[in-house]
Amino acid sequence: MNYDRKADLVIIGGGPAGMAAALAAREAGINDILILERDNELGGILRQCIHGGFGLHTFGEELTGPEYAYRYEKRVKEENIPYMLNTMVTELTPDRCVTAMNEKLGVFTVKAEAVILAMGCRERPKGALGISGTRPSGIYTAGTAQKFVNMKGYMPGREVVILGSGDIGLIMARRMTLEGAKVHAVCELMPYSGGLARNIEQCLNDYGIPLKLSHTVAEIHGKERLEGVTIVKVDENRRPIPETREYVKCDTLLLSCGLIPENELTKGAGISLDRVTGGAVVNGKRETECEGIFACGNVLHVHDLVDFVSDEAVIAGRSAAEYIKGKSNEKIKIKLQTDGKIRYTVPQIITELSDTTVYFRVSDVYKNAEILIEDGEEKLYSKKTLKLAPGEMESIKLTANMLSRVKSGEIKFSLKTGV
Amino acid sequence: MQRNLTCIICPRGCNLVIELDDEGKIESVSGNACKRGIGYAEDECTAPKRSVTSTVRCEGGGLIAVKTASPIPKSLVFECMKKINGTHAKSDVKIGDVIIKNVLGTGVDIIASGNKML
Ligand SMILES: Cc1cc2nc3c(=O)[nH]c(=O)nc-3n(C[C@H](O)[C@H](O)[C@H](O)COP(=O)(O)OP(=O)(O)OC[C@H]3O[C@@H](n4cnc5c(N)ncnc54)[C@H](O)[C@@H]3O)c2cc1C
Repeated sequence: MNYDRKADLVIIGGGPAGMAAALAAREAGINDILILERDNELGGILRQCIHGGFGLHTFGEELTGPEYAYRYEKRVKEENIPYMLNTMVTELTPDRCVTAMNEKLGVFTVKAEAVILAMGCRERPKGALGISGTRPSGIYTAGTAQKFVNMKGYMPGREVVILGSGDIGLIMARRMTLEGAKVHAVCELMPYSGGLARNIEQCLNDYGIPLKLSHTVAEIHGKERLEGVTIVKVDENRRPIPETREYVKCDTLLLSCGLIPENELTKGAGISLDRVTGGAVVNGKRETECEGIFACGNVLHVHDLVDFVSDEAVIAGRSAAEYIKGKSNEKIKIKLQTDGKIRYTVPQIITELSDTTVYFRVSDVYKNAEILIEDGEEKLYSKKTLKLAPGEMESIKLTANMLSRVKSGEIKFSLKTGV
Repeated sequence: MQRNLTCIICPRGCNLVIELDDEGKIESVSGNACKRGIGYAEDECTAPKRSVTSTVRCEGGGLIAVKTASPIPKSLVFECMKKINGTHAKSDVKIGDVIIKNVLGTGVDIIASGNKML
């Protein structure tokens, strides 16, 4: 295939994942790097996350989103890592040819030795689809509202109901309240919140905003502008209980119903996605099934903490560098299976004999459970925990020694409850 | 008396159990995974504090993200927002610059926590 330029490493997306991956690859000796970013600045979604709580793990201090992003942006600039802004990648081929476009160059192609996917995620727009009633204006995803308020200085409304208790929704409940709006309730379909306990405390409880668990929005009212919503309690099968219907007057409904990895390019390259994570299937090096194409950050699986995004990006950046230099460790093949209580693991396969940290999430709230990793009948690892929740990502380090003991080519992650 | 709190210092969100004597003095704190939890419990039972983050308009257009350089008394959060919303930043403001000195006499500055957003 013809191409316009070449690079050792092309990174798609200049958010925290893309920047950390670029820096790790540079540190590992790769000079010829190109970051392609469709926005007008580096930094990704963190630019609109002006609240604090970032970086405790990476920098040992509490930073806001823009401050966290700026630390990486500054280093990318100091290291003279080339990047193009306002540049949208439109296609990726399995042999690592990247098609992109911007105003200056028009459509152009870059042939890369290795590619790192770092496109992040977007919000699930579905939340509203199942709701009956009209479709007036005043309904936004929480992230869109966050962009309006924090980057444009424009309030989407004054009387607010939030559907979904993910962290972005909780953060926006506080943000809108501080700017003078009245947040009437956060409704959560599940009997537990999808957000961090600290955010329920400091974003809702501090301001007396009710968190209505096992509640949903049943109906939307209003012709041109939203006038109100009907909220309703649901039973244990998530079916609405009609006698609990309640009308709440509001001009704004924010949806905070989860995030989905942005994988159109990945799919286009024919790379298979994990049905649970919505991201590519990867090995311990964060390499997809397409040789030389790596993935990290929210495009791979949704992280709630950017610190873990940065850690994962370092793995992808280093691995891409090793790939470009033709280095590799002893090859093995171990598939990671889960029991459903553990929803997924990343990586999904391990192909090299080296220490590997496995990240995972559970599918429900479990108290006093034991995490088990088994190779057939053989127990490789176990750990008792007090509490596991779907909103919080867990990790376990598998040592090379542990991996070398695996005989069956498959290890199973499971949860024993009530221990 | 017993008080239960969720620690907000880090994403771990420990459930703190605080035993208070009749005068409201802390006798013990448990449930904390690190010592910052004890400091949080002490503050929360005597004089709760919060950080505030928001944005300020720049002269000539654009917004800049701002934050309290350290937490301020929780009771002053809305007053602090009023100050923030009544302030304009210079057009050449940069991350780290002081936007409001010693806000509401707390000894805490409001500083720019990002670069200008256009
Ligand atoms: C609305 C929202 C709020 C969030 N709030 C928090 C929070 O408070 N705390 C927290 O820790 N985490 C938060 N997260 C999670 C957050 O996304 C991660 O912490 C982190 O920003 C993920 O980094 P990333 O680099 O993987 O993705 P992003 O930050 O999303 O970066 C991806 C980048 O890729 C670019 N891109 C995508 N597709 C293309 C393409 N085709 N061509 C070129 N460029 C492309 C995007 O423009 C973007 O800059 C939030 C996520 C969202 C969506």
